[in-house]
Amino acid sequence: MCVAFPGKVVEITGDFGKVDFGNGTVRDNILLSLVNAKVGDYVLVHAGYAIQVVDEEEAVRTVEIWNEMTKDLPQEKKRQDFNEIVGGGE
Amino acid sequence: MSEYLSILKYYRDPNLAKALRFKIAELAKKIEENIMIMHVCGSHEWTITHYGIRSLLPENVEVRAGPGCPVCITPATDIDDAAKLALDGVVVATYGDMTRARGTRMSLEEARALGGDVRVIYGVQDAVRMARREPNKDFLFFAVGMDTTAPATAFEMIKGVPENLSFLVSYRYTPAIQGSVMESNVLGIDAFISAGHSVTVTGLKPYYEYFLKSKKPMVATGFEPIDVLMAIYMILKQIDEGRPRIENEYTRSVTWEGNVKAQEVMDRVFDLEDGYVRGVAVFPRAGFRLKEEFRGKDARAQYGIRDRTKTQDEYVAGARCGEVVMGLIDPPECPLYRKTCKPEDPKGAPMVSQEGTCWIWATHRIVNVSPRCRR
Repeated sequence: MCVAFPGKVVEITGDFGKVDFGNGTVRDNILLSLVNAKVGDYVLVHAGYAIQVVDEEEAVRTVEIWNEMTKDLPQEKKRQDFNEIVGGGE
Repeated sequence: MSEYLSILKYYRDPNLAKALRFKIAELAKKIEENIMIMHVCGSHEWTITHYGIRSLLPENVEVRAGPGCPVCITPATDIDDAAKLALDGVVVATYGDMTRARGTRMSLEEARALGGDVRVIYGVQDAVRMARREPNKDFLFFAVGMDTTAPATAFEMIKGVPENLSFLVSYRYTPAIQGSVMESNVLGIDAFISAGHSVTVTGLKPYYEYFLKSKKPMVATGFEPIDVLMAIYMILKQIDEGRPRIENEYTRSVTWEGNVKAQEVMDRVFDLEDGYVRGVAVFPRAGFRLKEEFRGKDARAQYGIRDRTKTQDEYVAGARCGEVVMGLIDPPECPLYRKTCKPEDPKGAPMVSQEGTCWIWATHRIVNVSPRCRR
């Protein structure tokens, strides 16, 4: 049961808190005690509790690494080589 | 909303997908052999199907859905027990999908139609609150899910739950299930994509013992399309280099240790025991049992429910749910798929849950089996 949504912590009261999932969806009564979340952090919420605080820096770094590893493939070359390798239309 | 949610759009970038598709094709051509990858999470199946990732893969690379849908693997006998208690006047609280899955006789939804009090909740705290508000009724929380879900229940139990609330625990431990599949060569799986949110809680550590025995590549992955393509690329790279290892693609959430706080509360409340996966088999150390200290809250003890986890399971005649759950067949190979068993009128559990392979395929109108490199 791995469905978990990222949302921003907007309020903490004791063990529970209010989380904003964007597009106007705000849920109260989310258990936050199993993570070290502060107001403003993004948390992954699963079945009414936060399983983890999202590492935003890491999320940005991941995208940077991806762009780095694919930057030697300009669009045109990509398409041409791709047709050679897989055959058929792109 | 800003920051993280706006970063996520890069995780669906079509140009990045094209570049990765190229790199995957290149590697697959170099490897030549057929590579069979299994993922063990319903949400991964949704991403793969929704974004058409199978159609982007080369001929010799195949991704299969493994046992990763909690509603599908919950034993029919447990559903029967919950339904029986609902008919006996106990208020049964559980997650939405679970009310629609049929046991051997009926689903919880049907029990409600017959007069039982079945309530859909979002988290265990809702059940605790309801039980406090209505002290004159007996409540049962039907605790289904994986290790991802169990910590919240454990937390509430340690904090103390009302007298009139008991728990029917049917949690399953993902590392043990995936580990058993890793060790077995029956399915012929070469590599694994691990369930991102389950690994977030357990950490990569519990997989190490299974990895040492099987030496099969394993990558923990997020749920955006680029995440999944990236994981496939990383797996192919491991195979190409001839150096299998445990890798982490979902670095924004997964660590080696996992969520230690969540693991601690889980360890305080539950012991691991053999767990039955519906229609498949009993997996060693894959089930959760309440520790002695919390046995008073165990619905099995309180209502005298016999432990029947090892009994044979009954599906509707002709249904091949078990084979779908293990990735042995694709849903269209089941004779009931989209005929008598549909999302609006499900007969088998994989057609009930939004994480079930059949539900995902049927709602995406898939009628053909996917190309398989090894049949």
